[in-house]
Amino acid sequence: MKRLLPALLFVWLLLGAMPASATATLEAFKFATEAEALHFKDLIAEIRCLVCQNQSLADSDAELAHDLRTEVYEMVQEGRSDAEIIDFLVKRYGDFVLYKPPLKPETWFIWFGPFVLLAIAGFLLVRALRRQRQVTTAEISAEERRRLDALLGKTDEERDT
Amino acid sequence: MGRYLRYLLPLGIFAVLVAFLFRGLSLDPKLVPSPLVGKPMPAFTLTRLDDPGATISDSDLKGRVSVLNIWATWCVSCRAEHDVLLELARTGQVAIYGLNYKDNRADAQRWLRQLGNPYIANAFDEDGRVGIDWGVYGAPETFVIDPQGIIRHKHIGPLTTEVLQTQLLPLIAELKS
Repeated sequence: MKRLLPALLFVWLLLGAMPASATATLEAFKFATEAEALHFKDLIAEIRCLVCQNQSLADSDAELAHDLRTEVYEMVQEGRSDAEIIDFLVKRYGDFVLYKPPLKPETWFIWFGPFVLLAIAGFLLVRALRRQRQVTTAEISAEERRRLDALLGKTDEERDT
Repeated sequence: MGRYLRYLLPLGIFAVLVAFLFRGLSLDPKLVPSPLVGKPMPAFTLTRLDDPGATISDSDLKGRVSVLNIWATWCVSCRAEHDVLLELARTGQVAIYGLNYKDNRADAQRWLRQLGNPYIANAFDEDGRVGIDWGVYGAPETFVIDPQGIIRHKHIGPLTTEVLQTQLLPLIAELKS
């Protein structure tokens, strides 16, 4: 138990720290309902911050992320739809602001590539398995079977079982 | 044939992987292509940096080839590229405008007095709203705009003499002809 305590404390600290970092950036905004706040949070979590590219707009502390959060907040308050807000950002910053790339000819490779690879792998697997089965079903003569049994050390009683 | 394929196939896959990684890892992830290139420049009306009573708008940039440089006094690379902007101004090939992005007016004015002023005029974008319309995500950035007001090129990061000679000046010459 004594050994477990620091570990538990560490986990508790981690759990405590995670939601704090996400909500710290949202404190400045006021929402009429909890649902609106959640909606806003989901929306900005889908948008990439271009300054620190591995962080979403919700997580980033960059100046630009702060400005864009304000911009998105105002658009949400004006009652604009998610599609309109996404379009606003894509027009200015390009598809790269989206964590989920839109489906279009340039992105077919990333959307369908894994499935194509999976199909190829499946085809090769089926082919390999079929070949293996052909080998195991090869017929042997009665004389060969007797020799095989002798080599495997089978007794007469065990034969044909 | 089948025997060779057994060795050549993994080698082929490896070669494709190397080719993709070679290309992918040599790209700079900080350079995000702007969707604004080839489109009309976003409209704006802002106060002039040197005169809060006067305004400057996108229509001031039209009618000739112009360059819009996004800069700020808090931006370290802007100081690095400042000499290059002065060099570009000296060529007299293009009208250089500035967008002073999220800055302090007094600081920016002092910067131009001390380091020299390559700009015809500067727009003062205090809250960065115009910067958002232009897709600015990090100063310095430089746009080349044709006489019709279409954005022809965006350079992200500090300008260098090399960028000037190999990219901007040839493009400006092409747009003028």
